[in-house]
Amino acid sequence: METQKVLLSVKDLHVNFRVRGRELSAIRGISLDFYAGECVAIVGESGSGKSVFTKTFSGMLEKNGYISGGSITFYADGPVELSSLHRNRQWEQLRGGQIATVFQDPMSSLNPVLTIGKQITSVIRKHRRCSPQQAKALALQMMEKVGIPQPEKRFDDYPFQYSGGMRQRIVIAIALACHPKILICDEPTTALDVTIQAQILKLLKDLQKELGFTIIFITHDLGVVANIADRVAVLYAGQMVELGTAEDIFYDPRHPYTWALLQSLPQLAQPGSRLYSIPGTPPSLYSQLQGDPFAPRNPYCLKIDTMQQPPMFQVTDTHFAKTWLLDPRAPKIEKPEALRDLHKRLGEEFGSYG
Amino acid sequence: MDNREILLSLKNVEITFGKGAQAVRAVKDASFHIYKGETFSLVGESGSGKTTIGRAIIRANTCSAGEILYKGVPISGKISARLERQVIRNIQMVFQDPASSLNERATVDYIISEGLYNFHLFENERDRQQKVEEMIRHVGLLPEHLSRYPHEFSGGQRQRIGLARAMIMRPELVIADEPISALDVSVRAQVLNLMKDFQQEQGLTYLFVAHDLSVVRFISDRIGVIYKGDIVEIAPAEELFRFPLHPYTKSLISAIPIPDPRLEKNKVLLTYDPAQHDYSKEAPALTDIGYDHLVFGSREEIARYREVRTQQK
Repeated sequence: METQKVLLSVKDLHVNFRVRGRELSAIRGISLDFYAGECVAIVGESGSGKSVFTKTFSGMLEKNGYISGGSITFYADGPVELSSLHRNRQWEQLRGGQIATVFQDPMSSLNPVLTIGKQITSVIRKHRRCSPQQAKALALQMMEKVGIPQPEKRFDDYPFQYSGGMRQRIVIAIALACHPKILICDEPTTALDVTIQAQILKLLKDLQKELGFTIIFITHDLGVVANIADRVAVLYAGQMVELGTAEDIFYDPRHPYTWALLQSLPQLAQPGSRLYSIPGTPPSLYSQLQGDPFAPRNPYCLKIDTMQQPPMFQVTDTHFAKTWLLDPRAPKIEKPEALRDLHKRLGEEFGSYG
Repeated sequence: MDNREILLSLKNVEITFGKGAQAVRAVKDASFHIYKGETFSLVGESGSGKTTIGRAIIRANTCSAGEILYKGVPISGKISARLERQVIRNIQMVFQDPASSLNERATVDYIISEGLYNFHLFENERDRQQKVEEMIRHVGLLPEHLSRYPHEFSGGQRQRIGLARAMIMRPELVIADEPISALDVSVRAQVLNLMKDFQQEQGLTYLFVAHDLSVVRFISDRIGVIYKGDIVEIAPAEELFRFPLHPYTKSLISAIPIPDPRLEKNKVLLTYDPAQHDYSKEAPALTDIGYDHLVFGSREEIARYREVRTQQK
């Protein structure tokens, strides 16, 4: 693991938005390295900043948003500083070619009045020097790769002639048409049925094995995270509160917010009982942070949480968490009962399908 | 077991859209019943006909064959205006998308009271205000929210308004069509808990339409699985999860993500191929195999399912 190549390095990133004369800080100092060929899941509630964070990698922040501090370095051929790219021209060479995105809703990310074939070839023609025939051949090859049966027949069809799952496959084909180094998936399966979701996740993993790109996967479903992620970053109020391998996060979570997220999974609830819900709402992002932003909703809140922000504590080589509970002076608090022996309990319940 | 009171039953319901060669049979020969006070869930992928059934019960879709009985009285097809009013009042619906199911141009106060106005369910203006305020508090919002418009609320809050609008009618049956699939994990739990509270207080019956099996297992008493217009399996929730018999149900359950990386990364995904059934000789039927468990299949398949089930403990 140690010799892995850093592909994208984010250092102390801050993103602000100007909203009606007020400043909203959406990302408040995130540092995170992405390695070549891995899959990192970014989890959090809506408004935690997970989409904004990844939009900075492809220059797709809304007009009123800007990077107010920190750096994002992309190591493709030589290092490129993404936070200082301003003109669209510079972005266009990267976006779609080196860094591609798959969005949540496949209906609104495809153009309804262009054929599927046209939409795939136009990306290829934009980033590669090739003839229309070559582009078509590449597009057909890509369609086959993502599991479209009889691609020649479906090449001239329009998006509405495809089902939801097939449309998402096309979006993935377009994103991967130029063999990008990074594929950002922004909740790509949230709008799909569970059976289709499972197929799309499998497809992404198979393609990753074949093509070797890095996946940055945004989701709020921790079940999906368990399926696809090598590492997991938990975001809360624009900060990264916990980072670790998938096993760290599921079997040894340290941050109370991660505990809360895991506990609200219906798969872990006892039938007939109440479902765990996180009390309160996330803090307003207009205000300055005082102490730990999760403190008002945290049942394990310490006095210092309301006064001073916790630093990032290191648990193991791969595992970090931003909570005062890890301070040597903090009282010893065990994770909630519902999360103990997770593997054993789920093994008994779901093992027969595994 | 069988002294349970049946609130709603569907008998061989078929729902067809379009005419002639273009006709689509969205629901084929659906029969099931819902007991009073239980939560019955219909699960299936998009296009399976689960929403169509829900809409047929509130008379928004017409049945092309079969009938729907509510407390033993037919409520499908032509019925008297008086009965229809009763159905409208007693069966309420909560929709999937809280953004498009509320009138954008009406205040929350009006949205919640509309049913009260239509049925004159209040004595005077003060009584109405009191009822609405009580309800809005019940769903976790404040009376000062009443003068606002739907766009001023978040998705979770809007779903609460949708719930308040249905519950103020004191319905007996609530059809909830994917009420939580548009919501965030933590908000999802709040709305589900709220629905459960209402059920305990008022003895409500729910028909829950969903595609997310992990949530369905948690909230349902019984579950019906529907595939392309056919109900393929009906069983109590735990029974269905522990002993799924129909191959489609098995594939659905295998697709639920398990929040455990070691299990989830190694699990085998089952895919369902309808071609595995041979129904050329004999039409399949939904058959009771004991344990309150019904499976759709030919006589041969049913015999096999029955054998498999009795061997499992």
